[in-house]
Amino acid sequence: MHIEIRHQAFNPWHELDAYTRSASYRNQAGACATFVGSMRDFNEGDTVRTMHLEHYPGMTEKQLGVIVDEVSKENGLLDVLVLHRVGDINPGEEIVLVGCWSSHRKAAFDGCRLIMEALKSKAPFWKKEKLLDGERWISRNTPG
Amino acid sequence: MSVNARFFASLKERVGHGSVSVDVAEASCVRDVWYAVTGEGPGEEVLVAINKEYADFDAAVVDGDEVAFFPPITGG
Repeated sequence: MHIEIRHQAFNPWHELDAYTRSASYRNQAGACATFVGSMRDFNEGDTVRTMHLEHYPGMTEKQLGVIVDEVSKENGLLDVLVLHRVGDINPGEEIVLVGCWSSHRKAAFDGCRLIMEALKSKAPFWKKEKLLDGERWISRNTPG
Repeated sequence: MSVNARFFASLKERVGHGSVSVDVAEASCVRDVWYAVTGEGPGEEVLVAINKEYADFDAAVVDGDEVAFFPPITGG
């Protein structure tokens, strides 16, 4: 399991490749499911120029650890990688990467979805959008 | 006793503090910490954590606790 908060932009495909190649369970993992969330340049009918993502250092990592641990045990995952951006983000840049490895596809698919949904409701992150004519905190996540 | 009250995102802007030390009476709860800083009710949905674990407004606090207040989560 690897959980990391990143202040700089990252390439999720390079991250997945590097992480997978170093995995000790590589010959047991028959499946890998991934989710990559990126920043859009529109929201609720407005153009969004940039976004600032705030987190609660210490608690965010702790809650992500609890989520990944629970989902891994319940679904029999071999490994999980979670990367999440914070700070100033531009449209098109990745915000979050979740990778789940398992022996068979169902556990990887289910585990990836469960981790993402729990992350969006339990891991303390907050988005502030900078619009053409001001800025605003996002008050709610969009439905999955 | 003293606790460290922390505020995040929109609540930090509303309250005007990211972190502030608060003196409260023995046997106080999270709600007492909130009132000691803001002097008013939450007025909107506010989530609470004590020492980085989720809690609620009726949870007891002890000397040295870190009590965090933040709005609903919007990550991912």
